[in-house]
Amino acid sequence: MTDDKTAVAAELVGVTRVYPARAGHAPVHALGPLDLKLHRGEFFSVVGPSGCGKSTLLDVLSGLAPPTEGKAFFEGRPLNDTVPDGIGVVFQEDASFPWLTVFDNVAFGLRRKGMEAGEVRRRVDYAINFMGLKAFATAYPAQLSGGMRQRVCIARTLVMEPRLILLDEPFGALDQQTRLLMGDELLRLWRETGATVMLITHALDEANLLSDRIGVMSARPGIFIDVVETGWSRDRDSTLAADARFGLVSNRLWSMLRSESMRAMGQQTGERAAEAAE
Amino acid sequence: MNPATVIRTLVIIGIVGGLELACRTGALPHTVIIAPSAMVASIIETLSSGELNGDMRQTFGAVAVAATLAICGGFVLGFLIHMSPRLRRAIDPLLGAYYAIPHVAFYPVLIVIFGLGAGPLIVLATMLGIVAMIIATLGGLDRVPRVLLRTAKVHGLSPSQELFLVRLPAATPHLLSGVKLAFSYSFIGVVAGEFILSTAGVGHAIAFSYDNFDNYRMYGLILFIIGFVVVVNTTILFWERRMVARRGTR
Ligand SMILES: Nc1ncnc2c1ncn2[C@@H]1O[C@H](COP(=O)(O)OP(=O)(O)OP(=O)(O)O)[C@@H](O)[C@H]1O
Ligand SMILES: [Mg+2]
Repeated sequence: MTDDKTAVAAELVGVTRVYPARAGHAPVHALGPLDLKLHRGEFFSVVGPSGCGKSTLLDVLSGLAPPTEGKAFFEGRPLNDTVPDGIGVVFQEDASFPWLTVFDNVAFGLRRKGMEAGEVRRRVDYAINFMGLKAFATAYPAQLSGGMRQRVCIARTLVMEPRLILLDEPFGALDQQTRLLMGDELLRLWRETGATVMLITHALDEANLLSDRIGVMSARPGIFIDVVETGWSRDRDSTLAADARFGLVSNRLWSMLRSESMRAMGQQTGERAAEAAE
Repeated sequence: MNPATVIRTLVIIGIVGGLELACRTGALPHTVIIAPSAMVASIIETLSSGELNGDMRQTFGAVAVAATLAICGGFVLGFLIHMSPRLRRAIDPLLGAYYAIPHVAFYPVLIVIFGLGAGPLIVLATMLGIVAMIIATLGGLDRVPRVLLRTAKVHGLSPSQELFLVRLPAATPHLLSGVKLAFSYSFIGVVAGEFILSTAGVGHAIAFSYDNFDNYRMYGLILFIIGFVVVVNTTILFWERRMVARRGTR
């Protein structure tokens, strides 16, 4: 890498990912080849049609799964099929541990690192407060709504103070109003921690509102067909939606995604037909 | 008390009361069955006489050993089978057909191999219980949500940490059902074995009373065994309920 390592948080170079063939299924070329540079401290969003490889992108960028070709770097060091310290991930699905209370869920990672109990309590209390879960610290996930469980997972990630936070549609289970509020919280978190954030979302408005840059992905195999710079100030919030420039960015995103989404829908219908014919 | 509990209690009281009445009035002759109150009296008498202490020791000792072997062994085997997909494909159909085998039929062979005493009983009971635990362990480990394993990887857990901190807790509800089944099967294995061929044990005592037309002792022992199994199962069920109430059915 020739770039200044301090400015680049994470990088993908010529990355593809192909899921190998399984019984009765051909191999799936899910992603790439693509390049991506996340600048330190930026808020980057990824939008793209359903099934285009967004979660696969997250897997590769976090070190959860190796790329089939190409290389992935975090802070200048290549990833080798492990998730390094400093990367936090919030998954698309509910990943709270049902056998632990909210407090113990959030404390999970800190205790693994052998942190002293007082410090664990201080950090976990802070994160639980931050995520509006104070009244539920001793509750179990089964007693919470889907949106609250997702907040537990976000809190569990942020107590670790990651320098790169990867979020895969974390607000998918939330209603529109709560989404907007959570978006504001996420911006606050991003500003306060100075972390680099990559957010995968299917909501174009959300991507627009929150991001410095938005990567627009094609139908599978996903590549970036455009990266849109929004130019919003760092202390933005959801009131930005009233801004005239906001509409312009949204239009641009949608005009690119419309044809890709139709292509993706065609792929899925075709696959279903092929499966039905088997 | 919720309505289901009330109904259940009434049904039990009805059956027991009806039986008591039928026996006391002579509608059911005592050569067929004795009154529940007499069964209880018989249990107390038998236990306090100490006559069957040796038999009880054999039975409960064998059950304890067999259930422990079935539960621990079944868990370890289940885990190993889970880790090896090839072994899994080979063994799955066998596991499915396992409980179609009348295990008790092997008992004479086991006696030839292991001699008389607790040995063949323990082997038979372990054989009967272990596969229930294997199946439950496989079911539990199969159903650990992938996203939890990915979470483990994000936290950089070692394979053994992943097992003890994520896989096992996630599989606990299934494992507990396995424990319940493995225990019941082990118990059945021991008592049935004693009943058929053994020269000692509670199962043997029941068969012995039966052969000697000693209904009084026989029914007392039967009730005693049922009571024991119900207490153990209810205890496990209680833990299970508590867990489900906390963590839901996930
Ligand atoms: N383990 C796997 N084996 C085979 N194919 C897979 C696997 N995981 C994902 N795929 C396929 O790869 C493609 C990309 O999947 P991915 O989950 O990355 O998409 P996505 O953009 O996150 O979709 P969504 O918007 O629905 O979350 C899809 O067509 C999916 O069916
Ligand atoms: Mg996805």
